[in-house]
Amino acid sequence: MAEVILKNITKKFGEAAALDNVTMIIPNGSFVVLLGPTGAGKTTTLRMVSGLDKPDTGDVLIGGQSVAGLAPAQRNVAMVFQQYSLYPHLTVRENLAFPLKSPLLKTPAAEIERKIKEVSEVLQISHKLDNKATALSGGEMQRVSIGRALVRNPTIFLMDEPLSSLDAKLRADLRIELKRIQAKSGATLLYVTHDQIEAMTMATHVGVLEQGKLVQFGSPREIYENPVSIYSASRLGQPRINLLPASVFGGAPNRACQIGLRPEQIVQGEGEESFVKRVEHLGDQTRLHLSFKNHNLITVTDAHTKLTEGDIVRIRPERPFYFDDAGMRVA
Amino acid sequence: MSSYSITEPSKRQKWAAGSFVIFYAVVTLMPLLWIIATGFKSPSDAIAYPPKVVFQPTLEGYVNLFTTRTRATPEMLVQAGEPKTWYDRIVRQYDMVIAGPSRYGERFLNSVIIGFGSTFFAIVLGTAAAYAFSRFRVPLKDDLLFFILSTRMMPPIAVAIPIFLMFRQLGLNDTHAGMILLYTAINLSLSVWLIHGFINEIPIEYEEAALIDGYTRFQAFYKVVLPQATTGIASTAIFCLIFAWNEYALAALLTSGTAQTAPPFIPTIIGTGGQDWPAVAAGATIFLLPVMIFTILLRKHLLRGITFGAVRK
Repeated sequence: MAEVILKNITKKFGEAAALDNVTMIIPNGSFVVLLGPTGAGKTTTLRMVSGLDKPDTGDVLIGGQSVAGLAPAQRNVAMVFQQYSLYPHLTVRENLAFPLKSPLLKTPAAEIERKIKEVSEVLQISHKLDNKATALSGGEMQRVSIGRALVRNPTIFLMDEPLSSLDAKLRADLRIELKRIQAKSGATLLYVTHDQIEAMTMATHVGVLEQGKLVQFGSPREIYENPVSIYSASRLGQPRINLLPASVFGGAPNRACQIGLRPEQIVQGEGEESFVKRVEHLGDQTRLHLSFKNHNLITVTDAHTKLTEGDIVRIRPERPFYFDDAGMRVA
Repeated sequence: MSSYSITEPSKRQKWAAGSFVIFYAVVTLMPLLWIIATGFKSPSDAIAYPPKVVFQPTLEGYVNLFTTRTRATPEMLVQAGEPKTWYDRIVRQYDMVIAGPSRYGERFLNSVIIGFGSTFFAIVLGTAAAYAFSRFRVPLKDDLLFFILSTRMMPPIAVAIPIFLMFRQLGLNDTHAGMILLYTAINLSLSVWLIHGFINEIPIEYEEAALIDGYTRFQAFYKVVLPQATTGIASTAIFCLIFAWNEYALAALLTSGTAQTAPPFIPTIIGTGGQDWPAVAAGATIFLLPVMIFTILLRKHLLRGITFGAVRK
């Protein structure tokens, strides 16, 4: 376990910069989640730390030491690939044992056996240990691929959307399990996901990447409650943050161009009138699609609301976000 | 009501397909079977007209293939006494005695050394080159690959004279090393191109996973890439061996004694002691065996099928 630092990393693929002067400190024992759409540089960041790709400029430090000249094996990192990458000619057991048998670790057989047993129970794949890696479902492959990382005790775990192809229940189970393992062992994780529930529930830190730039880094709460830009604000929150021209409510600060409203920043029953366009009952909550001065808004209301299409609701912003014309936060 | 499946062929279709396959097999195997049969005929049966399908089998052809014989005078025959072994007996029918072993064994061994040797080098070098072309940023990669292939754009025999002169200069004429070098060079383009294709099919993620799992690139290559490429490498090896094994023209030109392979030797059997077709057929039959055995041994790898599915595409 160690602190991992990315220092002014730039990586270009041809003309396009996959990473543009990214600096990030991943504290020892932290669970850092990288957010951003496809192409933002999340996977490239993982590959920089793993050593599979080398930065054009900048440096990666693990435990205070530069690893610039080190091969992936020497960095002692574990990685879960988005594409699983299980060795197809080996069984599940052999796949899990593969990193332990490496010249780097040379684990004794009894120890390998114990680790495999432990990890396969956590991941619920004990009954598949003697299957060929190719004779598994997508979800099982993904679990084996997570297991291949968990059998080790690396300086940092790198995970590239490890839960993306699991069904909802298993994903929820493994979310808790990963968090538990991390809390128990004090492991450091760098984790890429599209899923904001994963980001909110597991992360100690969230890094928001936009076109190769790290635009915000902080706790999930901080990113959610204090976003630096429209882009950052749009990464978290379900339903998404509503964006309207700043002038529609009045009281906007100078330079403000747009107002950002999360559902909890919209007070219902006071203020100006809006028109209910649609009501979506989701069970635990109800979503209101509102039309306010010809702008569309989505907010959340009581699960058992009596509101129906065509009703009038009064709304008022409560401590909203204001953004300038470049999308940066002004207040 | 009878039901039928649109995917399962009907009984009649199966019969038609089966009959066609059997017919095709008989047509293609006929010359082979005829050679094998001829090897067990007596010389007179071999040239009988109409051709004999049923005949008294004899090992005469094989005895003649492996021995040299001399015609003996009656006094010599008496002096030699009763034939002691079964092959003595066969030879004695024609008032001949065995003078010694023929050169077939040596020539056959030459074929084995040169055929398998050149296949080994073509595969080892081809795999290394193909892996590099597939995984590393090789300067002028496409041009190099084209150049490698271009060596096969004319028949090898077209450059026989320059090769002959070069070999003479280098002292490689009629040597095992020379023939292995030559066949390796000719086969290399085939092996690089075929294996390159097979390695390209293997996603690079496996090696990346192995690198992360604590292995060096070379270890990742032989622990992860090689096992997955065996199917391709095995079939490439069969192609290389068949070429080197059957090559006649260059062998006839560049070898004459020490390193002569079986193909240029077999026709010469015919000249010693009349047209000995059974001996030629016996020579051809034995010559067929190694390639058949090699193919059967590697068939397991060929049929193992392509591994797929453990990387999400």
